[in-house]
Amino acid sequence: MKLENSSSVRDGSRRSGLTRNDRVLLLRYMLLMRLSEERGLTLYKQGKVPGSFYDGRGQEAISVGASFVLGPRDRLCILHRDLGAHFVRGVTPDRYLANYMGRKDGVTGGKDGNMHFGDRRLGCVGMVSMLPDMAQVTNGIALAFKMRGEPRVAMTFFGEGATANGQWHEAMNFAGIHRLPAVFVLENNKFAYSTPTDLEYAVDPVNRAEGYGFPGVSVDGNDVEALFEAAREAAERARGGGGPTLIECHTMRMHGHGAHDDMRYVPKEMFDEWEKRDPIDRYERALTEQHGFQRPELESIRTDCEREVAEGAEKALASPMPEPERGLDGVYADAWEPLGDGKAPWSFWSEGAERRERQEAGVA
Amino acid sequence: MAEMTYLQAISDGLREEMRRDESVFCLGEDIGAFGGAFKVTDGFIEEFGADRVLDTPLAENLIVGASIGAAIEGMKPVAEMQFADFISCGFDQLVNVAAKMHYRQGVAVPMVVRLPSGGGFSGGAFHSQNPEAWFVHSPGLKVVAPATADDAKGLLVSAIRDPNPVCYLEHKGLYRHIKGEVPDGEHIVPLGEARVARQGEELSVIAYGSAVHLAMEAAEQLEEDIEVLDLRTVSPLDTDAILASARKTGKVLVAHEATQSCGVGGEVAAVISEHAFEDLDAPVRRLTTPDVPIPFSPPLEQHVLPQLDDMKEACRELLAY
Repeated sequence: MKLENSSSVRDGSRRSGLTRNDRVLLLRYMLLMRLSEERGLTLYKQGKVPGSFYDGRGQEAISVGASFVLGPRDRLCILHRDLGAHFVRGVTPDRYLANYMGRKDGVTGGKDGNMHFGDRRLGCVGMVSMLPDMAQVTNGIALAFKMRGEPRVAMTFFGEGATANGQWHEAMNFAGIHRLPAVFVLENNKFAYSTPTDLEYAVDPVNRAEGYGFPGVSVDGNDVEALFEAAREAAERARGGGGPTLIECHTMRMHGHGAHDDMRYVPKEMFDEWEKRDPIDRYERALTEQHGFQRPELESIRTDCEREVAEGAEKALASPMPEPERGLDGVYADAWEPLGDGKAPWSFWSEGAERRERQEAGVA
Repeated sequence: MAEMTYLQAISDGLREEMRRDESVFCLGEDIGAFGGAFKVTDGFIEEFGADRVLDTPLAENLIVGASIGAAIEGMKPVAEMQFADFISCGFDQLVNVAAKMHYRQGVAVPMVVRLPSGGGFSGGAFHSQNPEAWFVHSPGLKVVAPATADDAKGLLVSAIRDPNPVCYLEHKGLYRHIKGEVPDGEHIVPLGEARVARQGEELSVIAYGSAVHLAMEAAEQLEEDIEVLDLRTVSPLDTDAILASARKTGKVLVAHEATQSCGVGGEVAAVISEHAFEDLDAPVRRLTTPDVPIPFSPPLEQHVLPQLDDMKEACRELLAY
C-alpha cells in the first residue's frame, strides 16, 4: 500500500495534508472520546460520579477534527462536549474519568468536576459553567499573541444556544475589530438543553460572522476531515494575521444535555436520521472506501482504544479521593506560571513545520 | 520624593510599571485618545502606543474577560472601569472566571481592575457607588482601597505585580483633593497591611478610602486621643492590625462611605467581636451611608453620605460611652 505524502504540498489532490498515520489518529481520538464517555456514563449510573454527567456523543468529529490542526504552542478553551480536544492535546482517559469521579488524580484533583477542566501543562484553560464566557477569555489569549507578534492561535468551542448570549456578541465583535488570531468552533447540535434552534435564534448564527467582519463557514459536523479542513484554513488565516473565523458545525446531540435528561423533546425521526450519520461509522467507511484501510486494521484500532479506556478506568477507580483539607487550598496564586505546550499529533508539526509556518507568516 | 495628587500618584505608578515591564498594558473605555474619563492615562497612548493603551468597545465583560485571557498568557493587564458602578456589567467574568480560575484549575490570573468609586458630586445612583463588598465576598479576588497619594502609587504597583486578580478602588473625590509626598522610582506598599494613620489610646476609628480623611479631620478638630487605622487592603483584611488597635483602645468605630448592610464594616465588627470581646469597653459601631441608592440632588446626597459632623458625633458618642 502506497504511503501518502505529508503536509507541505498544497495542490488540490493532496489538499488535506493528512498522512495515513494522521487518519489513524483521527479515528483513534474519536474512538477514545466515544468509549471514554460510554464508560463515564456507566460509572455515573453506578453512582461513582458525584454531580452530573455530560457527554458529546455524536459530536466527536468536531473536537477531534478541529483541535488536530493546532500546534504545540497554540491554546484552547475546551467546552463540555469536546473531550476529543483534551485527548488530542495529551490528556489520557484515566485522568478524565478520575476528574468526573472527583479523585485526586483527576485533572483538577477534585477542585472542579465533570468537563470543567483544562490541563494547564498542555496549554488548555478549563471552562466555567456560564456560557460563552470562555470566548471572551479566548480573545484575551489571542490578544496577547497579537500584541507580541506571535504566529499562534487560540481556539474555543460553544453551542448554538450560547450565541444568544450578549457575551457572544461582545466576543465576536472584539475579535472582528482587532482581527484576533482566534478560531471559534460553533457546535450546532440542534438543542440547547431542551431548547430547539428556532427558539434560540431567528437567523442561523454562521451568517452573523459577516456582520462582525470575518468569515463564517458551515461544515458537516459529523465529517472529521471536513472539520480538519475548515479548522486548518481558519488556523492559517489566524496565523497569517487574517483574523478570526467562525466555523459552524452541523451535528446532533445524541444524548441528553446531561445524563439526567431523558430527551423527551427530541422528535424520534430527527434522532433516527442523525443516528445514521454517526461520525465514527462514517469515518470508518471513508477509510475503507477512500483511503485504502482494511476492516481488520480498523477493528484493531478499536480494540486498542477499548483496552486503553478499560485500563484508564481501572487506574481512575484506584485513584484515591483528595485530602479534605485541599478544599481550602489554592484560593490565591503565589506566582504566575506559563501554560505548557500541547502534544500536537498532526504530522505537520513533527516535521519542523513550525519553523516553516513562521517563515510563511513572515515572522522570524 | 515629590508632592503630587492622589490621581497623579496613580498615573505615576501605572506609568512606571508600564515603562519597567512591557507585559503591563491598559485597557478600558476612552483611556487612549481621550486619556481616560478622569485623565489617569493622559499622555499614555503617546508614550506607549495604541496596543498598550487599548480603547475597548463599550462592553465590561469583554474588558474583564479579555484581561483574564491575556493575563493567563503572561501579560499584565490593568483594566479600567470608567466608573466603579459599571463593574456590574463585568461582574460575571470577574467573580466566576477570574476569581475562581486558580482555585479550580491552578492557573494564575495576574490582572488589576481599576474602579473609580465614590460620590459627593451629584453623580447619581450609577456614578457614585462603592461596590467593594461584592468583591470582598468573592473568594479569589483581592481588594484594595488607598486613601493617600503614597498608598495610591504603592498599592497599585503591588496590585500589578500580584499574581491574582486585584480590584483597586480609587475614590474619585480624592483624585484632586488629596495631595501627599510620594517616593520617586519604585515604590511598593504590600497588600494585606493596614497603616496606623494616627496613634491614639481612647478610640480606634478603622476606615479606608475617603472615610480615612474624615476620621483624621474629626480627630484633629475634636483634639481627642483617637487612633485612626487605615485598612488600605479590605481583602484580605489585616486582622492582626485590627485586633491590636481594638484591644489597645477598647472602643471602635468602623467607617466607610459604602452602604451599611454587609459592608466591610460589618465584617470588621464581627472579627473584633469574635476575637477581642473581652477587651471592648463599648459596642463596635459603624459610620456608613445608609442602605439607599445614592441620590442626585445635593441636599439629599449630603444627607446620606457620611459628613465630618457625623464623624465627630459618632466619635464623641463612643468616647463618652
